[in-house]
Amino acid sequence: MADISNNFCGIKSPNPFWLASAPPTDKAYNVERAFKAGWGGVVWKTLGEDGPPIVNVNGPRYGAIWGADRRLLGLNNIELITDRDLHLNLREIKEVKAKWPDRAMVVSLMVPCEEQAWKSILPLVEETGADGIELNFGCPHGMSERGMGAAVGQVPEYIEMVTRWCKQTTRMPVIVKLTPNISDIRYPARAAKAGGADAVSLINTVSSIISVNLDDFSPEPSIDGKGSHGGYCGPAVKPIALNMVAEIGRDPETAGLPISGIGGITTWRDAAEFLALGAGNVQVCTAAMTYGFKIVEEMISGLENWMDAQGHRTLDDVIGRAVPNVTDWQYLNLNYVTKAKIDQDSCIKCGRCHIACEDTSHQAITNMLDGERHFEVIDEECVGCNLCVNVCPVESCITMEQVPAGQVDARTGKKVEKRYGNWTEHPNNPSVVAAE
Amino acid sequence: MALALDKRLRDGIAAGRLESKRLKDNFSDVHPPLDGHEALVASDRCYFCYDAPCVTACPTGIDIPQFIREISTGNTAGAAETILEQNILGGMCARVCPTETLCEQACVREHAEGKPVQIGLLQRFATDEAMAQNKQFFERKSATGKTVAVVGAGPAGLACAHRLAMHGHDVTVYEARKKPGGLNEYGIAAYKTVDDFAQEEVDYVMAIGGIDIQYNKPLGSKIDLEKLRQKHDAVFLGMGLAGVNALGLKGKEPAGVMDAVDFISQLRQAKNKGKIAVGRRIVVIGGGMTAVDCAVQAKLLGAEEVTICYRRGQENMNASRYEQELAATHGVVIRNWLQPQKLKSKSGAVAGITLEYTQMNKKKLEGTGVTITLEADQVFRAIGQTFGEDNSDALSGNLKLDKGRIATNEEGATSLSDVWAGGDCTNSGDDLTVTAVAQGRNAAESINRALSV
Repeated sequence: MADISNNFCGIKSPNPFWLASAPPTDKAYNVERAFKAGWGGVVWKTLGEDGPPIVNVNGPRYGAIWGADRRLLGLNNIELITDRDLHLNLREIKEVKAKWPDRAMVVSLMVPCEEQAWKSILPLVEETGADGIELNFGCPHGMSERGMGAAVGQVPEYIEMVTRWCKQTTRMPVIVKLTPNISDIRYPARAAKAGGADAVSLINTVSSIISVNLDDFSPEPSIDGKGSHGGYCGPAVKPIALNMVAEIGRDPETAGLPISGIGGITTWRDAAEFLALGAGNVQVCTAAMTYGFKIVEEMISGLENWMDAQGHRTLDDVIGRAVPNVTDWQYLNLNYVTKAKIDQDSCIKCGRCHIACEDTSHQAITNMLDGERHFEVIDEECVGCNLCVNVCPVESCITMEQVPAGQVDARTGKKVEKRYGNWTEHPNNPSVVAAE
Repeated sequence: MALALDKRLRDGIAAGRLESKRLKDNFSDVHPPLDGHEALVASDRCYFCYDAPCVTACPTGIDIPQFIREISTGNTAGAAETILEQNILGGMCARVCPTETLCEQACVREHAEGKPVQIGLLQRFATDEAMAQNKQFFERKSATGKTVAVVGAGPAGLACAHRLAMHGHDVTVYEARKKPGGLNEYGIAAYKTVDDFAQEEVDYVMAIGGIDIQYNKPLGSKIDLEKLRQKHDAVFLGMGLAGVNALGLKGKEPAGVMDAVDFISQLRQAKNKGKIAVGRRIVVIGGGMTAVDCAVQAKLLGAEEVTICYRRGQENMNASRYEQELAATHGVVIRNWLQPQKLKSKSGAVAGITLEYTQMNKKKLEGTGVTITLEADQVFRAIGQTFGEDNSDALSGNLKLDKGRIATNEEGATSLSDVWAGGDCTNSGDDLTVTAVAQGRNAAESINRALSV
């Protein structure tokens, strides 16, 4: 059986599945239930500075978008950091950590961007016996208006500065949680590294308006007829997160910096993809908020079974394995030629491939043959774009088949070349320097 | 309990075999409607096929993927309009169409998983909501001054009348019975259309205006075709079939041998099903929907044994496989390859029926000489309908007939230049409600073109 125990920048947990800093980790009751269910660790919901507790809205905090049968695909929230008393939280963190020593206990923090504020809270956290801290530079709503959360995360200099303050003050590993609400994720990641961060975690939620109520024209969730942008999460944001994780993983300046992957992870498969793109472990929130803590059982068993089937013994056999395969467009092999192929036996003749190709792409799929519904790829027109595969409701009915080297591409009339050839050397590229 | 059992097992034809609560349950909606959530889930299964096979399979050509997509986006009114613009009786068709042999059989998900999108129930969801809100989608064009006679207020006649009214013509409908609806009102199993739906639908159709229905005006005795032609600019015949095929057995029929269509009609019209008399042991002769509707309802009324006997094989039955299963689920026994030979009687009432086993010999059905006798205190004829003597007389000499029904072309035009026909009284089609609607609608378009010249 594969060993999925995790060591993330020195923080150990029995598996790589942590609960992200969020409502599920706001108090001992929830966290203990999570540990009982099998979660490897938690990032305790963000603590703020000592004083009167945070105030949340008293109306709805969440909005959602759904897929078929109301399957939740994306969630958005306007909840702030913990609204419970700082010392109550600290007491509970200490108790739970003492009770569950094998689980990772990381504490998320967000205090004003002043050195003293950070230096005051760190000893209090340290005293709980927590394994590490996560700096919340990510929340896009509410706290950012007060100069915290994403307001810090959007300025690399602030990230570096606060990270450095923390590293100077505490023995605990410092994980910097990054906001996706920036133009290039590598800059904040580099800043975190420069400040001495032990790791980064990402993504935090994406700034969003989830929907608009068309009766009263209020954005949802509606608070007395008004709405405010919130943070978007859930399965819908996973592709955004995967890209940002990979960007950091393959950036030479941050290569090797541990990454805790977050963003729409719902199944073991999602988790495995994050690990492959360089995440050292993963954090989950929306899936737990949708289905409860029990989902971790499937995640653990699915990951183990996949690793066993593939012969991966430990997480290190998996982590970062896909990173070398992430490249820039200009290095993609232009001599790799594919054509769609429709398996007539599994085709159910819905015609979606035809109409997608006919209306919006390359007119490369028939709809009739001798007066019968018949869908077949016209190789002379097919550019191998994969749209038909994506719109086909039957898995594996349409496949992309490589045209082997030496064979003529019916569309271009040219023989497919065997050699690897990319844009940087393509004759149509004006930047190509002619070999002389 | 003992008393209840006694009632149930009485020999002969008797009413009140079951207590009223049981009867009420038995005759409730056979397919309860979808609620809003169920409709969303069901609509989400539609793939929105290109040139969708379900549309091709629908005799009225409803744009099914479109209306289902409209349901899925919460645009139920748009869905209803999409349905009704092709089929103004879309509400009834949603209830009585054999969708399992039409749209749902053609559904690609039937092909893929044996589980089609629930097109019929979704259609009902959309049309029920529009009708409940009395949302009207169609307006009359300005009056043309032309008048058209429509004979029969059944599915064909109503569809024709509505479309003619839309085009601005004034329509007079001559209906033989005292209520409109035709077979929708009189000819469909009660559990398929509960709560007086047929009448509500007629009201909904009539709301467009410009349609006048005159009741108790059967063709033949009260009106004749020549007079209608003189009085109106065009005539549409949609009076259905008035006669019923006989069993063709020698000798006088004893009491207790009845037409299935009468039984079905009687049940539909009965407010209190407990007053409808039914036998203890019943044999239904026939293999179509009428046989199934009759047999299942006899069972629901409390008959102990109900057997459908059909002279050919299961694959030849006009009742769809789904209908056959419905019958079987209700405890009806379907026996194939049996044709009636002789009725047995006792003191003037039927006591049983002797049937002869049949077989195919060189593509010809023949009797084998081997017989079986089933006990029966009631025997129903459900072996098809005929034009009826009154209709035949009224039309004789004027109209070209084909196989005993009115000959029409694909537009519904007859051999007379100002007479059109549609529905069961014509030689084309499959005797389905939805086909009658399509023919009535198409004839209306043809009439409109002729009148617009």
